[in-house]
Amino acid sequence: MKGSEIIIESLKAAGVDTIFGLPGGMVIPLYDALYDSDLRHFLARHEQGAAHMADGYARATGRTGVCIATSGPGATNLTTGIANAYMDSTPMVAITGQAVSPLIGTDAFQEADVTGITEPIVKHSYLIKGAKDIARVFKEAFYIASTGRPGPVVIDIPSDIQLADIEYKPAGRLDLPGYKPTLKGNMKQIRSAADAIAAAERPVVYAGGGVITSGAEKELLALAKLMKIPVTTTLMGLGAFPENNDLSLGMLGMHGTGYANYAVTNCDLLIGVGARFDDRVTGKISTFARHAKKIHIDMDPAEISKNVPVDIPIVGDARDVLGGLVAELKKKKRNPKQTAAWFDQVIAWKQKHPLHYRDLKGSIMPQYVIEEVNKITKSDAILCTDVGQHQMWSCLFYTHIKPRHFISSGGLGTMGFGFPAAIGAKVGRPDMTVIDIAGDGSFQMNIQELATAVCYDIPVVVCILNNGFLGMVRQWQELFWNKRYSDTVISCQPDFAAVAEAYGALGMTITDKKDVGEAISTAIKSKKPAVLDFHVKREENVFPMVPAGKSIDEMIGGHK
Amino acid sequence: MKHTLSVLVENKPGVLARIAGLFSRRGFNIDSLAVGITGDPDISRMTITVDAAEHPIEQVTKQLHKLINVIKITDLDPDNTVARELSLVKVGTDARTRGEVMQIAEIFRASILDVGRKSMTIEVTGTTEKIEALEQLLKPNVIEIVRTGRVAIERGEK
Repeated sequence: MKGSEIIIESLKAAGVDTIFGLPGGMVIPLYDALYDSDLRHFLARHEQGAAHMADGYARATGRTGVCIATSGPGATNLTTGIANAYMDSTPMVAITGQAVSPLIGTDAFQEADVTGITEPIVKHSYLIKGAKDIARVFKEAFYIASTGRPGPVVIDIPSDIQLADIEYKPAGRLDLPGYKPTLKGNMKQIRSAADAIAAAERPVVYAGGGVITSGAEKELLALAKLMKIPVTTTLMGLGAFPENNDLSLGMLGMHGTGYANYAVTNCDLLIGVGARFDDRVTGKISTFARHAKKIHIDMDPAEISKNVPVDIPIVGDARDVLGGLVAELKKKKRNPKQTAAWFDQVIAWKQKHPLHYRDLKGSIMPQYVIEEVNKITKSDAILCTDVGQHQMWSCLFYTHIKPRHFISSGGLGTMGFGFPAAIGAKVGRPDMTVIDIAGDGSFQMNIQELATAVCYDIPVVVCILNNGFLGMVRQWQELFWNKRYSDTVISCQPDFAAVAEAYGALGMTITDKKDVGEAISTAIKSKKPAVLDFHVKREENVFPMVPAGKSIDEMIGGHK
Repeated sequence: MKHTLSVLVENKPGVLARIAGLFSRRGFNIDSLAVGITGDPDISRMTITVDAAEHPIEQVTKQLHKLINVIKITDLDPDNTVARELSLVKVGTDARTRGEVMQIAEIFRASILDVGRKSMTIEVTGTTEKIEALEQLLKPNVIEIVRTGRVAIERGEK
């Protein structure tokens, strides 16, 4: 059997049925084998798009996303997507072609040291040296990518190895002596965490993407309800806890809600679950949750006490640990009055500092577009975003209820992520309405994927919040750089609706507030890829905002 | 504070690059590094000396553990460890100074590997302090020094 055919067999053995990619010289043998296989391959128009599609697919479905690129530039184009998956712990296997084995190291045509280039942004990587290793490497790669704290794994395969003809033997048992993720939490630690929770008067849960990865949303809800603990989530954790529940505080951090930031600042016990105390969450680190004892539940031991020292660390899978906590707490005597004053305080903060914006006559407010999307989809769409102001408004003004329904570039902050991720999400969940909220700046970074969406008839609705600026940077320039809008004004812009139409998608330009809702409904009903270009108020800011280096309770614009 | 990390790794291509890259990414300077095979040819040992405050060394060992090819890491306790390095020192000598250099070598239990008309090469094994003391004595006439990284092993049966 050819090496390339063994790759196909190995992919099937790993349960793969969907791949995103773009061929090139050094993966022709692999694509030749794909030609005869029943795997679905989606041809992206740029390798970065393919990587983000695999990422969006993985986040929407919980399965491992797979992308393919050729050697050299194909592989380097994947790197942003790989780095993005790494920062947000997305399970992904990226397959790259490589120059033929004898030419490696000679600066051959389209040769790049892919394992070297990607080394800091992968969970693991392989350069396959012989066809006999293919089956084993693929088995290991999918196991590593999808278990423990998930992440991207790169497999670099010289084209001569794809062509080699050997006898196919399926991979044997995994032998990874250096890789043993801890799934079960230490019982002693769980008990001491339960004691701390039972004793707390002002507890807060701070939940991140790890809750979604482990599928721990039921356990989280059970814990919050049992002990009446308010829950705030990170950007990556949106959907891990239903925001229509009284106990929800929404998102915390730099653009978090006022009430979430006040609650975290004033709590006496912070329970971090599957979150990593990122600087966008903590603000000034020395004052973050300064009165609180801290419990940190995480899959990755390296996250424990990395940024903030914690009192009770528990390494393990969030679902297992939260389940264990609930079981322990149920055995205890609980005094419902113990946290009653705290809950009242949280409600008072919610009433005093609600999310708000000034609805200016004659303008489409960007927040209003998100509210309309929320209303029309009944908060039950998969919402993808790029990065910037529109992303923060999507976090704040949409009601996030279910896990795997919000897909956004959190750690790396990759502009151009949202649209291809939305395509991947729609491929993985064709039953769902998939909306991509984009900025006029970021949409142009992967606008070419309109061809992919149209070609495969993937009906994603893109809502561009078009303010003619690189809006988030402009906001910083307005607030902290004396309004010197250096290169953030996008003075030359295409007619996005016309571009969409030219690709064969539905395109609409919306300049009047009264047309917003109808445009969204029409686009969803059309079952076609659609681009809605909303001309929104230009110099609108995302508030509340914690300026860089400040404590998260020192917000600006958080007061009505 | 200096730490000596004894790291067991799978003997696979690219492992050294992964480990070296991790240290530099996390802001650590590797003082010395020695790599060799162990009794099991599939497993290599790296002995890495780094300068670090207590907290970050914990962070870097945790990050090291995340590398798939890393099997075991021991932060060796200096009070319970024997450590050695080896140095080859080429010293400029002539008939007049040769005797003195030989005497110094003897005091340090160093052996003489090569004697030329104008130079002499000495091999010394020992702790970092011992090697540095010898080098200090010979300093004015040293032509070249080649040192290995430190290797270390825990005392006792462990």
